Order: sequence, then C-alpha cells, then structure tokens
Amino acid sequence: MSSVTTKTREPEASFSATSLAKLRHKPWYKSDAFRRLVMCVLLGVLFTIMTGEQAGDDVFYSLNDSLTNWPWLGTWVAVAVGIWALITFHSYLLGNPALSPVHKVIKDATAEVKKVTPVLGRREVKWPLIIALVVVLALLPTWVSGFWNQVMVNEIAVYVLLAIGLNVVVGWAGLLDLGFIAFFAIGAYSAAYWTGKLPVSPPVELTPFLVIPVAVLTCLVAGVLLGAPTLRLRGDYLAIVTLGFHEIIYLLATNADEFTNGPAGVQGVPHPTLDLGFWSYEWTTTDLEQYWWMIMVIAGILIFLFLRLEHSKVGRAWTAIREDEVAAAANGVNTVKYKLMAFAIGASTSGIAGVVMASKVQFVSPASFELMFSVLVLAYVIFGGMGSIWGVMLGTAFLAWLPQILKDYVDEQDRHMYLGAILVIMMIFRPQGLIPSRRRKRELNLAKEGLGDADAMTEPVGGRVS
Amino acid sequence: MSNNTVIKQRSAESDTATPVIAVRGVTLRFGGLVCLSDVELTLNRGEILAVIGPNGAGKTSLFNSLTGVYVPQEGSITLNSANGSTHALLGQKTHVVNKLGLARTFQNIRLFGALTALENVKIAAETRQRTGPVSIMLGLPNARRAERASDRRAHNLMEFVGLGDKINELASSLSYGDQRRLEIARALATDPQVLLLDEPAAGTNPTEKLELAELIRHINAELGISVLLIEHDMRLVMSVAHRVTVLNFGKVIASGTTAEVQRDPAVVEAYLGAEMAAEMLDAQAQEEE
Ligand SMILES: Nc1ncnc2c1ncn2[C@@H]1O[C@H](COP(=O)(O)OP(=O)(O)OP(=O)(O)O)[C@@H](O)[C@H]1O
Ligand SMILES: [Mg+2]
Repeated sequence: MSSVTTKTREPEASFSATSLAKLRHKPWYKSDAFRRLVMCVLLGVLFTIMTGEQAGDDVFYSLNDSLTNWPWLGTWVAVAVGIWALITFHSYLLGNPALSPVHKVIKDATAEVKKVTPVLGRREVKWPLIIALVVVLALLPTWVSGFWNQVMVNEIAVYVLLAIGLNVVVGWAGLLDLGFIAFFAIGAYSAAYWTGKLPVSPPVELTPFLVIPVAVLTCLVAGVLLGAPTLRLRGDYLAIVTLGFHEIIYLLATNADEFTNGPAGVQGVPHPTLDLGFWSYEWTTTDLEQYWWMIMVIAGILIFLFLRLEHSKVGRAWTAIREDEVAAAANGVNTVKYKLMAFAIGASTSGIAGVVMASKVQFVSPASFELMFSVLVLAYVIFGGMGSIWGVMLGTAFLAWLPQILKDYVDEQDRHMYLGAILVIMMIFRPQGLIPSRRRKRELNLAKEGLGDADAMTEPVGGRVS
Repeated sequence: MSNNTVIKQRSAESDTATPVIAVRGVTLRFGGLVCLSDVELTLNRGEILAVIGPNGAGKTSLFNSLTGVYVPQEGSITLNSANGSTHALLGQKTHVVNKLGLARTFQNIRLFGALTALENVKIAAETRQRTGPVSIMLGLPNARRAERASDRRAHNLMEFVGLGDKINELASSLSYGDQRRLEIARALATDPQVLLLDEPAAGTNPTEKLELAELIRHINAELGISVLLIEHDMRLVMSVAHRVTVLNFGKVIASGTTAEVQRDPAVVEAYLGAEMAAEMLDAQAQEEE
C-alpha cells in the first residue's frame, strides 16, 4: 500500500516557499538585523529623554537638555547597541552558528521544523533555570519596599493573571475581545455578593476561596451567553460586540444602585482564609507577600493547565481556526464550539482575577472596570507576544512596572506618553512581541513572504471563496 | 500493511449501484447570477465520478453546496450512509457534513501553513475523538491515549499518500504536488465515505499526475471510498473515472460512462469545442492501446 508513489522524482518544477524566498533579495537596510538596530537606538534615545531633566511645561528645554547631555545619551545608546548585539548574535553565543540571524527569518518561515532543541530548551538547562526563576520570584517581595510590594500585587500580579486569560482568547483562538474586563468585574462583584457585602444578600455566605469556583462558573456561563450568539461574527464585529458587552456590565455596575451600590462601590470584602483543620491561615492587608505567593500559585496552576491545552488537539484546533476557518470546518472542526471554549476559559480566568482583586483591596467599585483596563491588558498581551504565555507575562510585568518606575523620573502627566511611544516603536519593528510564540512567528513570516495571512482577524467574513 | 489497522476497509464492489450522494434539482443563485441550475447528480457507492466542465461552469460551487459552504436556494442533497441511515445535507453546517462522511480538498490549496504537515493531518484526525478540554488539562489517561492514537493515524496516512519523509516540514514549505497530497491525507484522516477532490492535479508535473492517478485508485479500491473528482486534465479523468458528469453554465449537459460522454454530441459540440474533442479522442486512443 505504501508503494503508491514511485520514489524517483524529478527536481521540483513547482514553486516552493524556499525558492520564492531565495528569489527575493533583500537590501541591507531592510534586513532584520538593521531594523532591530534602529529600534534599539530609538528606544535608547527615548529612555534618554525619559530619564533626563524634566522642565515642566517647557518641552523644548527638556528635549534640548537631555539630547545634548552627551555622556547620558551615549550611555543609553551604548546600552541599546549592546542589547542589539546580544539579540542579534545570541545564536552564536548559544552555540548554533549555522544560522545567521538574517537568514534565520527566511529559514523559520519555510524550512523543515527540526527537532533541534536550543540550549535554553534542554532539560538540564531548562529545569534549573525555571526553579531558580521561581525561587527568585518567590523571594522578591521580601527584598523590596512596601510600595513596590503593593505595586507587585495590585498592578503586576493581577494583570498577569488577566493577561494569561486574554492570551487564550486573543493569542490562541484569534478572537479580538475588547470587553475582557467585564468578566473581571463579574468576578469581583461575585466576590462581593457571595460574601454578603452587596445590598442584596446571597442564599449562603461563602469565603473568598469558595467564591472562586462560583465566580469561574458564573463567568463561564456569562462567556457562553455572550459568545453563543456573537462568535459567528468575525474580527471587527466581534470586537464591537464585546465592547458593547463591557459597557452593559459597566453601566449596570454604575447604575443598578439597589444591587451594586452604584458608583460608591462596596467596602469590606473579606480577605481569603484557609482552614485545613490542622492548619489555618488568614490573609491580611499588612502581609503583602502572602498575596504575591497566592497569586503565584494560582498563576502557576493556570499556566500548567493552559500549556497542556496549547499542545493538545484543542490548541491545534484553535490554530487551525485562526489560520483558515473554512478549511478547519471542512475537516470537521466545530469552529463555534472551540471559539466558545476559548472565550469561556478566558472569561473564567478573568473572573478568578476579579475575586482575588476584590478580596485583596476589600473594595469593589465600577471605577476599577473602565474600558481603559481592557485596552491596557490587550496592549500588554500584544506587546509581550500573543500566543506565548511567557511572552505575555513578561510583557505585562514590564509594561505594568514601567509607569511606576517612571514616577521617579518623568512628570506625572507624561507617563502614558512614553508608554505609548514604546508601544509604537515595538509594533513597527517587532510586531510579534517580546517573546513571540513559534506558531505566530511563522504566520507572520509567511505573510511577509506573501504566502499566507498573519492575522485571522482580518480575514473576510465567510472565508475566502475556493 | 500496518495501514489496514487504522484505515477502515470498506467493500467497494458489493453494492455498486446504490447511490451514496443524490443531488436533486439543486439551484444556487448569487443575486441575479444563476450559478447552478436544476443540477441532478448521483454518486454510487464505490465509484469514481468525475465532474468536468469549462471554467466558471459551477463545479466548485457544487462542491461548496455539498459541503455546506454555500446553501442552494432550491433542491435537495441526500447522503445514504453505509450504515443504512439517510441524511439531508442541504443547509447543514460544514463541520456536520464532514462528520457525516464527506471530506474534501480545495482548488486553491488551503492548508494550515504555519503548522507542520503532520499537525495538519492530526487536526483532522482529532475531530473524530471525544476527549474534552478538562481531561486534556488534567492529563487523564484517555487524553494521552487519544493523542498517541491521532499521532499514529496521521503517520500512517502520511505514509499512505507518500509523504512519509516530510512529516516535520511546514505545510507551506512543501511543493504544490506534495501540498495537494497532504490535503488528501488530511481529508482521509476524518475517515470519510465520500472524498471530494477539487482539481487535485492542478499545478503538478506529469510524474506527479501519474502518481496522483494511482493514489486516487488506491483510495477508491483499497479504502472503499467513493470519489467525486473535479479535474480539467482529461487524461487523468479518463484514466481513473468510472463515470463522468458534465456541467456547463451551471447545468448538467451530459452524464454517463467516459465512453458515452465522449460520444455525446452536446458535449463535443456545445461545450468541448473541436480542440478539446480532439484531445479527448487522443486520450481515448491511448487508453485503448
Ligand atoms: N461566492 C460567490 N459569489 C458570487 N459569485 C460566485 C461565488 N462563487 C462562485 N460564483 C460564480 O459562480 C460561477 C461558477 O464558479 P465556480 O467557481 O463554481 O466555477 P468552476 O466550475 O469551479 O470553475 P473553475 O474551473 O475555474 O474552477 C462563476 O461565474 C463564479 O463567478
Ligand atoms: Mg473551481
């Protein structure tokens, strides 16, 4: 049966991706290494301005002052070039000199997926590295000040949880969800409701830990209810629908006074307690490390579960849907079911984050669920590298940390301007994000070679006609 | 071979005259454009039926109507399954049609380019498994078993279509000929009763065409899958098809054995034109040698 084909085949007459790529000669200024250099130098200059003298209203004075401060500018640019060199030549350092970075891009897009594990992927390197990282992260709160502890939990850890969830929806299933924070709100208000802090009282009062499964369930149901009628829509339409959903939840929280206490919000959501019989523990506002560790454990569990999902039939089905919905359906993939699954999984992760946040700050009000936060989480995910859990975590941590550290250097009102500048530079020169997912990167490279769509979000409604 | 253990064998010869797919009076319009008009077509179990016709005749639209991508305004499409049940296909969702036993390839290849060849086939094979997200996340034994099973099945199918040495290559890096084979492997992975091939030989070289003809015959004879084949290459059509249906401007203008259709004056004059007719006769002469 296997002798269907005769093995003697003439050299391929048809065009393969490799031959196409070879035909296209790239001038040096279009090479990836050069583009990266430009990006690094621009970022260096940006950081020079950010960390330079701030002169209130007089922008030109600040600019002039920072950009003529040669030692300072020089230092930043040198750091930038150093980082560039590291990125560009790391393959030599890590012992894979066969691929020069410029050719690597083409190779990645077209060549055989070889089972060559990079140095970092090797078992004996990977596990010690992960353990060291976990230990450092676990000890981190004991080294830093109370202010940074607060930032780490409130601004970074909670958003990392949100980003892990949104990554499933946007990064893996390719659904543009602008209403992600609505589920965060549902989680937070669930916590307030089930602990008896809302004007309406629940049938039974639960502790915050017991609220988590309830909130997960509530968000699953809410996700399915929203998703079922709308996930047939694609791209822009879905984005608008989720935007509308967010507004509904937000306005409900603001205006349904008799249920949510309106804009004033509700106070006194209890801290979580753990009672295992032989050992019990109560989280408090003063012991911030405890919250950090709790979120680390929750995030660890979620990452473990989600990584399994990514490398299973579910993750492959998501990729198939993202790349070509008609082909996926024609091969038996129930596209609506898998989209709903991604939507619901993302929603419930957002709900968990909501419960954690509510019981951490003990206060829930509509102000925490403005649209801006949905947009921020989306920006974090894209910045970090959609589809790669490690990427979105790093991206979120960096972008959430940056405004806080900038506090010491730049004027308050300028902070988000710099954040915006960094996002713009990144998206022009490194659209795949800090640590891109392998599949996403290949899709982008294929699009660059004109061989495919990078972004399922822009595909026409109903798919291309065959 | 080991393939037999995973690829179900169906008897091809026993009941040749029972229709698997019956298309009755199907009309498909796009606004004012009548794309298919009152189309009648019957695919018998175990046969290879070629659908031919000039560009824009509506062949691909017919496939799209069969698989739920388009929904014709009139008519009926019936599938008679091997287990005796009957299903109306018209208006069904694409993935439901596939579950019922129709698998297809595309005229303009639609593989998942950023995935490896093996992953492309695995995705299709896995749509027949029942493991859910919870058992996968918890790593339960049935999820692990299913993963191994789909892996094995995909390997066997890659072997079967002759891509055994390209398993880890990206789908988009394969040659056209190989990509078309990979699409066939992917379609076969869903264990279909009927395989719809939309111009599988387009863009392939003569050697690949010969191999493809042999592959189609193998699929039909050894796996017992009925095949509906759209093809412009008359030599290929004549060498593999049992019967031919001719479409022109959305209408069926002839239907019958290859010999009958070639002699049909409507086909020769109204549609094929002198040039094509000559080509067909040529092909026929070669067959008879
Ligand atoms: N989605 C659509 N919207 C409008 N018109 C369409 C659509 N799909 C097909 N058509 C039209 O229907 C007619 C038949 O097209 P179809 O693709 O089925 O032809 P075909 O027989 O497959 O041709 P070819 O041999 O070139 O593949 C064409 O005139 C085409 O423009
Ligand atoms: Mg066609």
